[in-house]
Amino acid sequence: MMRDTVKQKLLEVRNLRTHFHTFAGTVKAVNGVSFDIAAGEVMGLVGESGGGKSVVGFSILGLIDSPGKIEGGEILLDGEDLVRAGEARLREIRGRDISMVFQDPMTSLNPLHSVGRQMDEVLRLHSDLDAKARHMACVEMLESVGISRAAERLKAYPHQFSGGMRQRVVIAIALLARPRLIIADEPTTALDVTIQSQILKLMRRQIAEKGASMILVTHDLAVVSEMADHITVLYCGNVVERGRTRELIEAPAHPYTRGLIDSIPDLSNRHERLKQIPGTVPDIRNLPRGCNFRDRCPRAEAICAEIEPDLVPQRGSLSAACHFPLSPGDTA
Amino acid sequence: MTAFFQSEFFYNYRRSSSAMIGSALMAFFALAVLLGPFIVAQDPYDIAALNLMDSYKPPVWLEGGDPQFWLGTDGQGRDVWASILYGARISLFIGLVAMVASCVIGTLLGLIAGFYGGIVDSVIMRIADIQLSFPSILIALFLMSAVGTGIDKVLIALTAVGWVVYARTVRGSTLSEIEKEYVQAAKVAGLPNHKIIRKHVLPNVLTPLIVIATIQVGTFVLIEASLSFLGVGVPITQPSLGLLIKNGFDVLFSGLWWTSVFPGVAIMMLVFGINLFGDFLRDELNPRLK
Amino acid sequence: MTDAPAPMLDVRNLEMHFSLGGSVLDRLRFGKKGPRIDKPVVRAVNGVNFTIERGEIMALVGESGCGKSTVAKTIARIYKPTGGELRIDGEDVAEHDFAQMLPVRAKMQMIFQDPYASLNPRQKVRDIVAEPLLQQTKTTAERREVPKKIEALLAKVGLNAEHAGRYPHQFSGGQRQRIGIARALSVTPGLIVADEPVSALDVSIQAQILNLMKDLRDEFGLAYLFISHDLSVVHHIADKIGVMYLGFMVENAPRDVLFLRPRHPYTRALLSAAPSIKENRDKEEIELTGEVPSALSLPSGCCFRTRCPFAWDRCAAERPALRDVGDGQTVACHLIDEPERDVA
Repeated sequence: MMRDTVKQKLLEVRNLRTHFHTFAGTVKAVNGVSFDIAAGEVMGLVGESGGGKSVVGFSILGLIDSPGKIEGGEILLDGEDLVRAGEARLREIRGRDISMVFQDPMTSLNPLHSVGRQMDEVLRLHSDLDAKARHMACVEMLESVGISRAAERLKAYPHQFSGGMRQRVVIAIALLARPRLIIADEPTTALDVTIQSQILKLMRRQIAEKGASMILVTHDLAVVSEMADHITVLYCGNVVERGRTRELIEAPAHPYTRGLIDSIPDLSNRHERLKQIPGTVPDIRNLPRGCNFRDRCPRAEAICAEIEPDLVPQRGSLSAACHFPLSPGDTA
Repeated sequence: MTAFFQSEFFYNYRRSSSAMIGSALMAFFALAVLLGPFIVAQDPYDIAALNLMDSYKPPVWLEGGDPQFWLGTDGQGRDVWASILYGARISLFIGLVAMVASCVIGTLLGLIAGFYGGIVDSVIMRIADIQLSFPSILIALFLMSAVGTGIDKVLIALTAVGWVVYARTVRGSTLSEIEKEYVQAAKVAGLPNHKIIRKHVLPNVLTPLIVIATIQVGTFVLIEASLSFLGVGVPITQPSLGLLIKNGFDVLFSGLWWTSVFPGVAIMMLVFGINLFGDFLRDELNPRLK
Repeated sequence: MTDAPAPMLDVRNLEMHFSLGGSVLDRLRFGKKGPRIDKPVVRAVNGVNFTIERGEIMALVGESGCGKSTVAKTIARIYKPTGGELRIDGEDVAEHDFAQMLPVRAKMQMIFQDPYASLNPRQKVRDIVAEPLLQQTKTTAERREVPKKIEALLAKVGLNAEHAGRYPHQFSGGQRQRIGIARALSVTPGLIVADEPVSALDVSIQAQILNLMKDLRDEFGLAYLFISHDLSVVHHIADKIGVMYLGFMVENAPRDVLFLRPRHPYTRALLSAAPSIKENRDKEEIELTGEVPSALSLPSGCCFRTRCPFAWDRCAAERPALRDVGDGQTVACHLIDEPERDVA
């Protein structure tokens, strides 16, 4: 049995609630989400589109704009609550302690500035290095993300790079100020699979070398199973399951997680028909009473329509929010 | 109908004071134009109803004013208020008709240019560029020297310049719509090109035109006023607000200001109302990036 | 010997090149021999050959820029091929004009990738689904039958009659794809070209749509040309698979043969790169270097040589032809002749 050394908790999110007040009603995009990340760990945040996972990332960085608002909960970075921190403090943290990698490299890079200038800007804001030292740091970082002729490429503009190269630049920028936490929101979804494989290996290497932690937000369970140490599964703004990666993938406790895993066409799957989760995701402005997943759950009973299940520890490292959790070997 | 009043559009409309003021002004003028002839006692262009003894009466709140003509009269005894209502009719008529003509011609040319591309596109766009380098004043002057003045000549001058903005906008929207898969699906379904343009592209490029058309009515009213002021616009027999301003201009500096200023205020309020509402429409109809 | 029916789709030497536009002034260049006018050509599809029988599902895989989408659109005659033969149910339609294509449109329809852009936002669902059928109906009697057919089609794809009067924006991504499928089915075609039909959908919805497509194939004997970049999706649905790179088909094999014994280095790299949820899957590790060349200037010889870990001088000199290596598998690679060079 592997004994986990007690690691220092870098980020603790407690009962985060982020709501959007729109014309058509209040969208409770994140509705009571809690999780922890220790230093040097990778956490996968999975769920379907609209499930709130991107909103979690933006909430941590304080990037939620009207009509959205963080309605409650705590985000503790080394004990400091980011929800209560002012904009000035958040600006210090962004880019230095926490940085973000977005999905679309073309819109996250300013097309009018050279790559070198954008990298330099990060260092100017968050470090005390002089111009020469900054230039050297940029060259070194570009090389370490696999861009050859780095000194020359610093003068180039984003449109002169291919998609995979641009994403490497974005990652380089995210790593420059040596953040302790990187939030990567679907960083490889827009890339070809061979490029994706290169980028993921690169990220794993950088994280290991620099001792940073990462929240990997994605809907791709396969990617997350290769990258993450532990996984948090979101459904309609709530955490439905949490646990160490292999345990969760091999024997999940929550029927939604089981359904997700079964519906993935995998190269070693020999099923004729993919198991599908019936129905569709409920309208997030009009969530059903009780458990959000009950209309699509094969195990639902009367109590599921009445009482919303709490997230409770199940077995091993797994916690699930379910009245009738699966045991290992159950096929839901 | 109830769906409209519950829609997001109406919700935002109620919260926008500029939109409500704008549409109130527009509604005022629309009513004035429709009901004008019935609410003013005097038809200012019926010579028989005029009385020279009434000439140059000041507005009712000044000394010498006559409650029968609350905004005063002009040199021929015409009621300024009645003239404004009749003049607004003509101004608006010109603005609306020229707008519709520009819109139809411009949209058609824009669709063809965007859809077929190639040399057809180049030719249409070059004509558009050339057209823009001729101010409408020049065209009106040319027409006047060739065939005289008249409302129809004004309409031609305005349309000749006004169609370009529609063509350019529609061409741009068309270029982006034809790349979309639903247009390709229509091709795969076997629809001929003219049906694709009519059923698929056209309905999807119309939205930005609503804002352009609204504001263009205001723009045309102003251009027509300038043309009339310079004497190349509407004929004396059908004075628009612009011509009224001109007619009063001659006596402006002798202290008889009301014959010029009130029509000027009227134009200003009309165009201001249109622009306010047009701004609101522009923000509302903009696809929001969330 | 009986005359076997012609394959549903028979593509020979299909070529699709696009000349980049721009006015003459834009393309003026001054070279050593004086001024000249550039005529840049994007060679998107370069001589592709394959067949699909009735009821067969063939997948075309490859990464962005490989030409698979262009192949799909050329076969659907959205573009007119610049070379080669395109036989649908035995008839070569490569040179057909609009009128000649119309009856062929009853045999072949298409499903698109983007559920948000593939339906006209201003049309009601019933009009969207009926459109291909209406182009094929000539008499009023036939047209009277259409609403009933539409209702049946919607039910077949898992929607119901009250959906017919709604607009696309009122539906989810998965539902919109179903509408697109119903539209394609309206003319009861023999071939459906599906361009990345599940790539834009969430995983759990993907499963629903893939199952639906399979059920429809079983019921109607449809053939599919299934374009995808996702090998695991393709593994689930395809009977045979063609791998494309820079407009060339580099390998073509039945599904199990391809996954068990991939021969082309690019296929092997694709399989190696695909992330999997199962631990310790038997993976050959092939890492590609460099970037994909531009389709404006293809490398000489083998198009893959600039990134291939095994390339040698023959690869630059001679373009490998697609050769049969048994079990229905064809490969275009010089390693077939010199397997001793195949060292990790």
